Amino acid sequence: MGLRKFKLFRGDADGGTMENYSVEVDKGMVVLDVIHRIQAQQAGDLAVRWNCKAGKCGSCSVEINGKPKLACMTRMNEYNTDETISVRPLKTFPLIKDLVSDVSWNYKQNKNITPFTPDPDKKDKNGNYVMMQEDVDRVQEFRKCIECYLCQNVCHVLRDHEKKDEFVGPRFMIRLASLEMHPLDNADRIPNIKNDHGSGMCNITRCCTDVCPEHIQITDNGIIPLKERVVDRYYDPFMRLFNKMFSKNK
Amino acid sequence: MNISEIKTVEHDVIVLGAGGAGLRAAIECSMQGLSTGLVCKSLLGKAHTVMAEGGVAASLGNVDNRDHWKVHFRDTMRGGKFLNNWRMAELHAREAPARVRELEEWGAVFDRTKSGLINQRNFGGHRYPRLAHVGDRTGLEIIRTLQDHGIHQGIDIYMECTGLDLIKDGNSISGMVGMWRDNGQFIIFKCRAIILATGGGGKAWKITSNSWEYTGDGYGMAYEAGAELMDMEFTQFHPTGMVWPPSVRGTLVTEGVRGEGGILTNSENKRFMYDNIPNRFAAETADSEEEANRWLAGDKDARRPPELLTRDVVARAIRKEVKAGRGSPHGGAFLDIASRRSSEDIKRKLPSMYHQFKVLAELDITNEPMEVGPTLHYFMGGVKVDSDTQMTRVPGLFACGECAAGVHGANRLGGNSLSDLLVCGKLAGTGAVDYIKSLNSNYALNDSDVQKIIRSATDILNRETGENPYLIHEELQELMQNNVGIVRTDELLSEGINGLSALWKKFENVKADGASQFNPGWHQAISLKNLLVTSESVARAAKMREESRGAHTRIDFEGESDEWLKYNVVISKSSEGKMNVEKVEREAPDSELKRIAQLSIEELDKEVLSEKERG
Repeated sequence: MGLRKFKLFRGDADGGTMENYSVEVDKGMVVLDVIHRIQAQQAGDLAVRWNCKAGKCGSCSVEINGKPKLACMTRMNEYNTDETISVRPLKTFPLIKDLVSDVSWNYKQNKNITPFTPDPDKKDKNGNYVMMQEDVDRVQEFRKCIECYLCQNVCHVLRDHEKKDEFVGPRFMIRLASLEMHPLDNADRIPNIKNDHGSGMCNITRCCTDVCPEHIQITDNGIIPLKERVVDRYYDPFMRLFNKMFSKNK
Repeated sequence: MNISEIKTVEHDVIVLGAGGAGLRAAIECSMQGLSTGLVCKSLLGKAHTVMAEGGVAASLGNVDNRDHWKVHFRDTMRGGKFLNNWRMAELHAREAPARVRELEEWGAVFDRTKSGLINQRNFGGHRYPRLAHVGDRTGLEIIRTLQDHGIHQGIDIYMECTGLDLIKDGNSISGMVGMWRDNGQFIIFKCRAIILATGGGGKAWKITSNSWEYTGDGYGMAYEAGAELMDMEFTQFHPTGMVWPPSVRGTLVTEGVRGEGGILTNSENKRFMYDNIPNRFAAETADSEEEANRWLAGDKDARRPPELLTRDVVARAIRKEVKAGRGSPHGGAFLDIASRRSSEDIKRKLPSMYHQFKVLAELDITNEPMEVGPTLHYFMGGVKVDSDTQMTRVPGLFACGECAAGVHGANRLGGNSLSDLLVCGKLAGTGAVDYIKSLNSNYALNDSDVQKIIRSATDILNRETGENPYLIHEELQELMQNNVGIVRTDELLSEGINGLSALWKKFENVKADGASQFNPGWHQAISLKNLLVTSESVARAAKMREESRGAHTRIDFEGESDEWLKYNVVISKSSEGKMNVEKVEREAPDSELKRIAQLSIEELDKEVLSEKERG
């Protein structure tokens, strides 16, 4: 396929530049293959994160020509042969070096979520949990998440408004939804979803859904239903009255 | 170098590796009250377990109630060509169901049967539908479940930190030196016990399903610390890796495709597996397409199609077709699911395969057959450990998962890896807990040991000139692919061993450019040592074992030899620093286990049925 032009971000937290590389590209290659070739032949210390190279682990998230993507699932023939391909690290998180950013903030969000709490009464007489497939389809959709954090990277609340202290971001709204909609789960996370995880911050622009490599309907199937549950609990006038009259813990 | 400037952290136990085995071991240690550190090279949740597709084997009997741990055990022994450690194979089969149910307790959501139980699918070598699964992303479900459960167990997690080498106080483990990948700084772990859960060493081959992490770190570190490696000659070539395009050659195509009814054909459109049924499996394998079709339609009296024979058999058969000039255009065989299942079924049961081929090969598997060929996938061999405690001969050093030897013998059945991770991960955790409880004296880390480890890492950066680590790695992959591949001869292996000693020389002078901050060239150079130990041990063990058994095929010694069944090949480092390769006689099996493994399937089914009736 011949020589192709690449621009890669090189640098660290103290600054950096887009550097030019010219590299031989073979048929069938993806962007990550080309980055590896540059690494092996021209820039041994070029930092890039990757693992499975098959779209299953979500390690190689970068911004390719401005679009957040998995480098391992982005084929070179998506681009014109005369096009220069620019690759940058995820912008929403602090830079470590070159194409690698520090995504540890995400791991802290997960730790703040109340873990799965199964209801032991839902076991049958043989000790098996019984759940029907149609009751777990939605949860399984959310559990396809590979934690690539592309959704977190494009979320306006996190990327442009830098409100990482107020909103957990789409990835963890999906995690919360997978727990709240789990047929066996007993915990109540609605107060936390409203107060700590910041469900009200999302203004449903669906940018997260657009970039999800697993095609999870993050906004429509996850975030909106959670917002509705919060609304039902806290803002439904009839329910508020009902709760005031009958709740034991006033 | 001033050691006091390097941060030291102290834990009771350090678990190295955060795939399924490491996470399960760490959870066990922490649950039982140990201060536990979990050290991993990648971000949490990215380890190779995430790539496992087809399922986790456990005789829950939800789909076919004839299943039982004894049948699972028998299948595992037969798949491993009876070279498995009997006790380990027993523990594995007995405990797998409880480990799978426990995952559900921790939030895993497996696919369901019509009555709402965990669904189970067919897989190669398993007599009954046995693999609990989630579409074709079971590994993701398991690693995420363990991760999400594990982060609430009080485990300290050290992400993107490479374990460099182990430290002992006298004969016993006392710590490890690690390196933060992001900034290149060192860290000292002081601990009573270390559990190695570092996976295999597939990255030594050119065509492999393994990621960069698979550099045999556990083998290299255990070997240096005085532990033994066993069964290293048994490297599994998974029959179905992608063959095109070249950049994804080796990427795994799940056995679930065949479990769901996929068939293998050659360029003459012939289902060649019918010509490749070994005697041992003939009585349990369909001998006509008509019978195989009945099996697919759910007829419990029909025998399984030959595409579901064990991986070693299928891999060799594909290679044979290609050699005979009946391969697919890019040098593999055709794997066809399109003509067997509806497009809707394929997308529901094999979604990530559909996506993987669509994007990477621009091929619609609901319409066209895939092209597949063998890819280095798994190490049956590894660190030699005690069957019940998972401890090596070095006090305080444990290993579990792919990193350890024993459960799978000469060939692993699909689905038995995820169950092994869970069962043996827990055993190793308990083993470490019991070991630590038995200790009472103080222990120390020797500064000069720490210095030595750090110096050998920094030398690679500080050299003025030297060999390019990427090129050494490429040469190694080429050598192992050609000389220690799917079929072996004494000549090829001897040549391979010579080639390796040349690569050792180059490694002594390896040089990485750039600074210590997130420097993949440096990381690659550091991992070469473990890759070389791994490669050399595979080559030497393969040269010693003069028979063909399971995944180890010697064309100069065809067929299994009864004599060789009595031995394991065990490798250790001699006091002069040389690689010792020994033929070690195996222990006699427990008579009850031997009886179960040798029953015919009809006899065993009858026994299981009467056991179940008695309750």
